[in-house]
Amino acid sequence: MPRRPVAPPRAPATRIAAALALTGALSACNTVVLKPAGDVAQQQGDLVVISTLLMLLIIVPVIALTLFFAFKYRASNKEANYQPDWDHSTQLELVIWAAPLLIIICLGALTWVSTHLLDPYRTIGRIDAETPISAQAEPLEVDVVALDWKWLFIYPEQGVATVNELVVPTNRPLHFRITASSVMNSFYVPAMAGQIYAMPGMETRLNAVMNRTGDDFIGFSANYSGAGFSGMRFPVRSVDDAGFAAWVADVKNGGEKAAGTLDAPRYLDLEKPSENVPAMHFANVDAKLYGRIVDMCVEPGKMCMSEMMAIDARGGLGKAGIHNVEMLTYDKHGREAALDATRNPDAALTRELAWVRALCEQEAGAVIDNTVEAPKDKNSLTGFGLSAPQSLSLAGQNDPQSTPARPSKTSRN
Amino acid sequence: MAIEAVDHSHWSPLLGRLWWDAIPPDPIVWATFAGVMLGGIALVAALTYFRVWGYLWKEWFTSVDHKKIGIMYMVLGLIMFIRGFADAIMMRLQQALAFGGSEGYLNAHHFDQVFTAHGVIMIFFAAMPFVTGFMNYVVPLQIGARDVSFPFLNNFSFWMTTSGAVLIMASLFIGEFGQTGWLAYPPLSGIAYSPYVGVDYWIWSLQIAGVGTLLSGVNLICTIVKMRAPGMNMMKMPIFTWTALCTNILIVAAFPVLTAVLTMLSMDRYLGFNFFTNDLGGSAMMYVNLIWIWGHPEVYILILPIFGVFSEITATFCGKRLFGYTSMVYATMVITILSYIVWLHHFFTMGSGASVNSFFGITTMVISIPTGAKLFNWLFTMYRGRIRFELPMMWTVAFMVTFTIGGMTGVLLAVPPADFVLHNSLFLIAHFHNVIIGGVVFGVFAGINFWWPKAFGFKLHEGLGKISFWCWVVGFYLAFMPLYVLGLMGVTRRMRVFDDPNLQIWFVVAAIGAAVIAAGIGAFVLQVAFSIWKRKELACDGDPWGGRTLEWSTTSPPPHYNFAFTPVIHDIDAWEDMKRCDVAAPKSGFLDIHMPKNTGTGIILGGIATVFGFAMIWQIWWLAAITFVGMIGYSIAHTFNYNRDYYIPADEVAETEAAAHGQPLPAGA
Repeated sequence: MPRRPVAPPRAPATRIAAALALTGALSACNTVVLKPAGDVAQQQGDLVVISTLLMLLIIVPVIALTLFFAFKYRASNKEANYQPDWDHSTQLELVIWAAPLLIIICLGALTWVSTHLLDPYRTIGRIDAETPISAQAEPLEVDVVALDWKWLFIYPEQGVATVNELVVPTNRPLHFRITASSVMNSFYVPAMAGQIYAMPGMETRLNAVMNRTGDDFIGFSANYSGAGFSGMRFPVRSVDDAGFAAWVADVKNGGEKAAGTLDAPRYLDLEKPSENVPAMHFANVDAKLYGRIVDMCVEPGKMCMSEMMAIDARGGLGKAGIHNVEMLTYDKHGREAALDATRNPDAALTRELAWVRALCEQEAGAVIDNTVEAPKDKNSLTGFGLSAPQSLSLAGQNDPQSTPARPSKTSRN
Repeated sequence: MAIEAVDHSHWSPLLGRLWWDAIPPDPIVWATFAGVMLGGIALVAALTYFRVWGYLWKEWFTSVDHKKIGIMYMVLGLIMFIRGFADAIMMRLQQALAFGGSEGYLNAHHFDQVFTAHGVIMIFFAAMPFVTGFMNYVVPLQIGARDVSFPFLNNFSFWMTTSGAVLIMASLFIGEFGQTGWLAYPPLSGIAYSPYVGVDYWIWSLQIAGVGTLLSGVNLICTIVKMRAPGMNMMKMPIFTWTALCTNILIVAAFPVLTAVLTMLSMDRYLGFNFFTNDLGGSAMMYVNLIWIWGHPEVYILILPIFGVFSEITATFCGKRLFGYTSMVYATMVITILSYIVWLHHFFTMGSGASVNSFFGITTMVISIPTGAKLFNWLFTMYRGRIRFELPMMWTVAFMVTFTIGGMTGVLLAVPPADFVLHNSLFLIAHFHNVIIGGVVFGVFAGINFWWPKAFGFKLHEGLGKISFWCWVVGFYLAFMPLYVLGLMGVTRRMRVFDDPNLQIWFVVAAIGAAVIAAGIGAFVLQVAFSIWKRKELACDGDPWGGRTLEWSTTSPPPHYNFAFTPVIHDIDAWEDMKRCDVAAPKSGFLDIHMPKNTGTGIILGGIATVFGFAMIWQIWWLAAITFVGMIGYSIAHTFNYNRDYYIPADEVAETEAAAHGQPLPAGA
């Protein structure tokens, strides 16, 4: 393979071609996946278009040839050349293996680069194609919990929480930590960024940014989760900084959606299955609540997963560990029973719990951080055969420098 | 906002969980039940009146003849295909109606069962029996064998598959089916979130049918490896047999994973284990990995034999040797191997790191290279051919165009960041229907039209076949192109009601498409019925299409023993080669032919397995214990049956051959 950079096409011409190809058919409807309001989703949408165009290079000739051969070599056309024993041609076979291979090499390179650049765990490296991220920009933290069948959003900095309503500031990096209470869901706001699963007892991350204010965006669960799944939709609003501050103040002060304080008992009530839940605002949130949700120990008397793992990491408790089974039972039907067992712990259980707590000083909710830092200096990514990764911007920027290839020093991953 | 809380916790030693509350409180189900019951009674009455029970039992149900078993697989596939399609129509109707505050006509409990049943039935009980049916019927004929390696096992496999199908049909009227999606991801499918019988029906119907599939895989591998006619080395095998071999290797390697994962889920549900639960260290994502380690090879299990069907058809109707036989074989093998290292592309959104995602994305794309090579091979088989556009060839051209589009969207979904925005969307639904309908279903119709004359001695009616073809092709594009658009509009799958009124028009178009497909299915059923009625006019000889492989060298339908003399092979297109060299079928010197005897063991074991599955589902422990011991005991008893074979006397063979060749011999024979 020549050492020419295999960079994704980024000429404005590509974009125009893409636009022309798709506008005809799709202009009538709101194809939010291709025309989103956030930079991450925009890059992903562009990637859909670029990959499609790349593959059309081979798909169109194949379909055209199929129809052409079908017509030309029809039995009634006695003019056509007929060679019943012609079944092999080395050159032709090389071509038919090589042509798809070449396309896949290009697409594979594009995939490798874009998968790393658009890794949901990677912090936001730019606000949009034109705007680099400022050094002081602090991402807004939002903790997301998929419940049966509604979404809980906790804003730890602001100390507020909402149900089925997500409001975010425009042009500020957003950092979501995502989990679920009972079954698997998928957190997806098409206008903002691609989806990621919300799984109980586990945490996933999503980094995103909104580039446009608007109040008609929609978020939903993109993974079927039971009877109330269709109603797991929430409006998403993107507002300017002042608007965001005003909204937070509004949530704090209470309004018609006010639902009081979100603490453990309130959460245990909230997580019970319900459908098509209207938006709710919580003016205060227990700061430790989200961590305990991920750790599956919101219920009083329950042992956290992290505690169990800490015990196991030290070799476990042997046979005595059997006492912990009740304290670790989580799923719905067991949960009521476990609650009964642990609500009024007897003396033995209290001792047991005290022992567990003494055994591990694990902070509840300490989840391994898999965040990938977007490099501050993009030149560091100018590695072997790869040009600097503003590659997906499609904005027609020129390469910053034509420096010779040097070893990459990417952040981990 | 109310959650219906139906208490199903009743249990009694005699009937387990089975009680009056097992009858679904749903008029749609009652009406269906009444219809099925009336139809069933009418059918049974008719069979009894015409005294065909004995005939069915002796000639079909207990038959170990691979041809009859193949046909029974096709009948099973067709019945289940119609059931699965009824589910599809219900979904399309619900989604076209449920707008602007309307709840549609299906509640969540019913709708969620419908889409789960649709997926399970179409994959396991329609597509699988179709491809197994083709392989059963065609492979022994193509390799010049008299039957498969283990004829009884073949009959047993069929009845185990049927047993699974019976259980899934029973779930419609007794209890409920799963409401989990076709792969039943935990924790939703765990006992905590699906406490009633739905998921158990799913588990046991797949577990029992899986036994059949696995054994049939072993059987066909053995047949292909050991029973080829003299002279047919591996690189002279017909391409369909090659794809069948690779498919069965996939089955034998992949289905044990399904068995294991179903067993683990059963242990979670029945015995309180914690493989996939949220608590006590279980991991649902382990299930998701395991099920797709089976699930991805499964889609190649479906499509590979169909690639073989298209290869045979293309060569036959272009009147030309298949272009690039060797590269076709290697492409098939490459796909077989690669299909094991792509499973993670079904859940890029799980949050595994970018390196893992790109690895699986790129391996997925690499599969498109051998697939592309196959497509080019068909293309260059058409090149400088003399293409007769009979029905099988029409389906093939429609496949080549449609499948190419589906393949492209598939590769697109293999790009992880693109998948993040399209995963679980209707774009995905459109993609896999594009390859499964455009590939497997078109291939099944192509194959049925192609091999029907071989199986029954008369062709299928062309006019009705063309109506069916055009309804299917037009209906497919109408039904699924709107779903691509909806996917790009961010609409996700398995939704029961919608808010945005702008979407409705697309769903209405899709529903119209489904109706056109329904007309296509109707036309096909009519085509079969009409052709049977007019079979005298449509009668044909052993080689109606100018075939190239061995199955066309014998009569249509082939005699019980397939070939009076085992042919000797000199070329890939063995029959074409014989026709050129004017090899005539011998008219004398027949020998006694050693054949396996029919047995009722397969259907009896299948029946016991059905009752066992039912007892496990309803937790009727005493019945489960009895039937389990019964199954094992009956199997052991069967091994003591030494009276399993017989000889067809040479005279009878001579008579059969004379009668068969009394009709005009195929050209060149």
